[in-house]
Amino acid sequence: MSASPVYLDAATAAPMHPVARQALLAALDDGWADPGKLYTQARRARQLLDAAREATALTLGVRADEVSFTPSGTTAAHGAVLGGLKGRRRVGSTLVHSAIEHSAVLHAAERHVGAGGTATVVPVDRLGRLDLTAWSTAVRAPGVALAALITASHEVGTVQPVAAAAAACADVGVPLYVDAAQSVGRVPLPAGWSVLTASAHKWGGPPGVGVLAVRKGVRWESPWPADEREGGRTPGVVNLPAVVAAAASLRAAAADAAAEATRLTALVDRVRERVAAEVPDVEVVGDPVLRLPHLVTFSCLYVDGEALLHALDRRGFAVSSGSSCTSSTLRPSHVLEAMGVLSHGNVRVSLHRETTEADVERFLTELPGIVAGLRAEAGVVGL
Amino acid sequence: MTVPDEVIDCRGQRCPLPVIAAARRMPEVPVGTVVRVLADDPAAAVDIPAWCRMRGQEFLGSVNGPDGPAYDVRRTH
Ligand SMILES: Cc1ncc(COP(=O)(O)O)c(C=O)c1O
Repeated sequence: MSASPVYLDAATAAPMHPVARQALLAALDDGWADPGKLYTQARRARQLLDAAREATALTLGVRADEVSFTPSGTTAAHGAVLGGLKGRRRVGSTLVHSAIEHSAVLHAAERHVGAGGTATVVPVDRLGRLDLTAWSTAVRAPGVALAALITASHEVGTVQPVAAAAAACADVGVPLYVDAAQSVGRVPLPAGWSVLTASAHKWGGPPGVGVLAVRKGVRWESPWPADEREGGRTPGVVNLPAVVAAAASLRAAAADAAAEATRLTALVDRVRERVAAEVPDVEVVGDPVLRLPHLVTFSCLYVDGEALLHALDRRGFAVSSGSSCTSSTLRPSHVLEAMGVLSHGNVRVSLHRETTEADVERFLTELPGIVAGLRAEAGVVGL
Repeated sequence: MTVPDEVIDCRGQRCPLPVIAAARRMPEVPVGTVVRVLADDPAAAVDIPAWCRMRGQEFLGSVNGPDGPAYDVRRTH
């Protein structure tokens, strides 16, 4: 029963880029000292950190002093939301965000509401695209301190109309925070944002490095206890070897991004077409055109998501699911819920630079039989 | 509020079981029948309307009564 492993969960964590591995090993030798000190070893560490920040800033199209490295994409998102709200607390206490934000953003919003603030949730359509009319109305309301929009859905891949959403914010002077975790290192970034976050293990960097970029002039105040490192935006010493590896791999990923996007877009198109054609009673979700290059999601009617994940894993396929039975809270994915699409039997496939056409073919060849087997077992064939 | 013609009790069942129960029952009732599915799994709120859309049955809405969340479906074909 053993099958060669095919890893298809890059949207959770992409396999480490070879450049990241090299940079990490080199920085373990060279970058272990505290960059804040004044002796020789610290100066070397400082150089590495400065170079990493400059390279990252260049890729993001911002100034180096606008970039901070955080312990994860999650803490970057928490800081972006809570700091954006804190910086504008005199204007008001309303956070506007889409219904399909990552849980890191939603949990920060919950914290804000728990502390007496308000959150306005803007819906999406069946394809997972932001309702721009509702968004414009929401950001126009009095007392809006910050608006938050994911650049593209981490669960269904739909790219959001960030430029239009940003224009609506700019009209009324509301800063826009974008969670760009699934876009950075893969696709060009939209314009018009004030605060941006990303996460290195999504682009082939090591886990445990996030990026928080705050544009000059944006009223953002650290929500954390005071600490002067990383521009005062995120406390604690940085994991310098990991940061160096993150920056090196971001540069490498960005250099290949256009070619990789073309290659992966075609593979995802193939998955979308073949799954719809060859698996009966399946709903392929998300925008078929305005989508991320590397990610596709579908739901199989009458199939248990957890059983499907295990069956795929037994055949060597690692994928993710938004079905309730696969989540610790036993709730379906809030993204699928907001879109109003089938949540059970859900599979998210996400590709990366090591994914080959043969991997995708094997997945597509085996999937219909795996789904049919589970349906036969559950006695739901012909329903 | 709709008065259902019959009720299927799927409380305590995890998705996709409530959807499967509705799908099994639907062909056995006459066209026009309103079936109420009692289901406390939160996924049912998403999956029963989605099933209706995929199968061309009519989703009438949800009610939250003394028996917990319930979903009304009319057989249309
Ligand atoms: C869109 C998005 N935002 C934030 C995060 C959180 O990043 P991290 O895993 O580095 O905490 C993720 C990853 O799960 C993500 O996909």
